[in-house]
Order: sequence, then structure tokens, then C-alpha cells
Amino acid sequence: MESSFFYETVIEGGKHWSLNVSGGTLLRLTDMDGGANVGMLFYNPRNTLERYNAPDTLKCQHTFKLTKGHCLYSDMGRIFCSVVEDTNGWHDTVCGNSTKRSIAERWAEKSYQVYRNDWTQNGYDAFLVEAGKYGLGRRDLAANVNWFSKVSVADDGRMVFDSANGKAGAFVDLRFEMETLVLMHTCPHPLNAAAEYPRKPVNIALSRAQPVAADDFCKNSRPENLRGFANTDLYRLCGCRSEGA
Amino acid sequence: MKQTSDLVPGEAVFRYTIRAGDYWIDTLRRGQRVRIVDLEGNQAADTLFFNASDVADRYSAVDTIREQGNVYLSCGSKLLSTAGNVLAEIVADTVGRHDTLGGACASESNTVRYDLEKRTMHSCRDSYLLALAQHDALGMGKRDLSHNINFFMNVPVTPDGGLTFADGLSGPGQYVEMRAAMDIIVLISNCPQLNNPCNAYNPTPLEVLIWDGDVR
Repeated sequence: MESSFFYETVIEGGKHWSLNVSGGTLLRLTDMDGGANVGMLFYNPRNTLERYNAPDTLKCQHTFKLTKGHCLYSDMGRIFCSVVEDTNGWHDTVCGNSTKRSIAERWAEKSYQVYRNDWTQNGYDAFLVEAGKYGLGRRDLAANVNWFSKVSVADDGRMVFDSANGKAGAFVDLRFEMETLVLMHTCPHPLNAAAEYPRKPVNIALSRAQPVAADDFCKNSRPENLRGFANTDLYRLCGCRSEGA
Repeated sequence: MKQTSDLVPGEAVFRYTIRAGDYWIDTLRRGQRVRIVDLEGNQAADTLFFNASDVADRYSAVDTIREQGNVYLSCGSKLLSTAGNVLAEIVADTVGRHDTLGGACASESNTVRYDLEKRTMHSCRDSYLLALAQHDALGMGKRDLSHNINFFMNVPVTPDGGLTFADGLSGPGQYVEMRAAMDIIVLISNCPQLNNPCNAYNPTPLEVLIWDGDVR
């Protein structure tokens, strides 16, 4: 698998990036040191009003966490990507982002003048910067994924951040089922209470995915996902191909 | 936490019945109180709030639950905006638990959840889109339709990370009441969903009441 990557890079902790990927792309995120968090949002670049919808993703699959077998849905009933491998086991999509204020309250703010690119960037501002590159703004941000971060819920509804969840070397593979604009940041999870601002690097590796087989695990993990794939197939059948052509 | 209200319906300055499958949109002034009544029981009220002076600053489910440290809403919950402002606070609640994880139903999510051929069934997002189109002076559209509150809906999260759709805890005449902490736009879809127990498979009317309040 490793030899097939056509591009590989490292995003240091507290940074942001974005890219357009075609359908059929496999994106591997690796938590290099353990304890990383990757905030991520998805849009259809042909019509950015179609965007990742966390509530639909969760209720379609009767899940609160994201892991292998789950599909990430747009608000138009289509699948941006499928989680085809996951050694971490639990990823959050209901806690949103750190903000300039929350970072300053938890850890002393580090100014750009003194710390330069090791300043204390926050997830919300990071998304605004990347969104702006595509004509998107505050009204376009939605509930994001926080890869590698586990937040569970007690019977009375209390939310618990698991600071021991992120293991060094853990990875998650996202197979894109349609052309997708991906916004990402590596800023700390908003519930991370570490003593120091966690600055955790993430490896990003891109390759070509194997075609989706009839017995594909994600497609068949729930009857809802068979219908999600059917919706995405219809989009392609109508001419919205995304294999980079 | 359950808490009844002292406000008397006869003193309300506004009363409106949202028919099954219909919507309501209006502006509340800071200090006003709005009560949503589940008239016949087990009826989901899919609700969005916007800062009336800056609609990009709107209700944020993720910020609200994270800051209160609990995924369920009830009396005492401060409804936060994307910028971290308090839009409103729940000041009375006879049900005890409301959902803000499940979002609103839409034609497209119905095709995934139930059947591809259910794409023409009425949905909350249809009501929302119609509301914004018929009130286009507000300058809002689809990008403003984000993660809402489902008053009177019961969506328990299990400790192992599952999400379940349970029978509602609500019943006839149950209500939830909020105090506007700033001037806010309120948009409610009276949920038309026929495919799951959120409306007990039988959409029924909601009533909205508004009282003038103290401006603190």
C-alpha cells in the first residue's frame, strides 16, 4: 500500500490546508506522535451549497461516533467519502472547534510576533481562512469531523473527552466516492485539556483507491449506505463524473 | 431539568398555531419569552435561531453542547451562537430533555434513511427553504440552514457510541420556553416526518406564544 502513494506530506500541529480530490482518491491520515486532532469539512466543489452534514451522517447510520464502515454524507443524500480503514476506532463529529477565545483561556496565547508559525492557531479561524479561498465564509461552516478525537456520552448526557485515545501511528483511510473539496486543520480538539497547547503532526498520503466492489464493507455495512451509494451513482450517471477528467 | 413557567397564556402578546407540516418565522426582541407548546403530544419542533443583527452569527449545536458539557438540552441550557454569544436561554421545560444532534429531515436524507422512492415526501428542509424564499428580505438561503434543535424529540446516545431514536418524552400540552438574550430571528418547522416515531407517525399542530419581558 505505502508504495502506491502518489503524494505524501506532513501537516504540523496547529496548521491548516485544503485540497480538491477526485472520486476514487484514497486519503490516509496518520497520527504520527499520538494525540493528534484533524478538523475536517467537505463540500461539493461544483456547488458548494452541498456540504458535509454531520446530523444526517449520524442519524442515517444510527451512530454517534465515526469509524470503519461509516460513510460521510452530504446534505444532498450523497457520500463524500467512506471510512475504509481505521485503527483508532472512534472519531468525533459533534464538538466543533477551538476558538481564539477558548485557546487563550486554556493556554496563554502565543503571539505571531514572538512565536511566528508556532503561535497558538485555533480551529475556527483556520477553517475561515481555508473556506475563504473558495468564496466560502462564516455562513458556510458546519459541524466538522475531529479525526482521532474520542468524546463519549454518559447516560445522563455528559460528554467525556478521552485524552488517552490517540495512539502514535494510528491511521484512518478515507475513500472519496465523488469529487470533494476538503478543508482541514490540525488545531487542538476543543475539549483537549492538556497542560500545553498540543502541537501534533499528521501525515497525509494520497493514492488511488481500488474500485468499489459489490461486496464493499462500507457500502454493505447498513442498508442506508446501499441507498447512499445509489444516490452518488445517480449523480455520476447524470454526467457528474469526477475521475479527474 | 423540568421547570414550569409562571407566565399566563392570557397575557401573551402573540399566539399562533403552526399547523402540521407548516413553518413559523419571526423576530423576538431581547427579553421577550417564547413558549412552544406540543398541543397533541410527541410532535417535533425543528428550530433555528439567528442573531437578528448578524444572521451569520446563528445557533450552533456543537458550541452549545460542548460548552454545557452535555448533549441534551433542558431548562438552564444557554443556546450559543457560532461566535459564542448567548442567543437565548431555556427558562422553562416540562419535558426535561430535547435533542440537538439529529438535525432536520430532508427529502434527500429520507431517500437514504427509508427508501429512494420517498424523495417526494414533505420535509423540514422543504419548509425551511420555503420560509426563507417567502421572507427573502432577510437575505438568507440554504447556507443558513444548519444544525437545528429538535424540541420534544428524544435521541439518546449510548455509552458505546450508538444513536437511537426513541419514543418522545413529551405529551399533550407539554412545553418549552425561552428568553431571548438578544434580538433573534426564530424559524420553526413543524416536522412533517411520517417515517419514524419523532411525531408518533402522526404530525400535529404546535402553538407559539410570546410575552413581553424585562430587558435586562
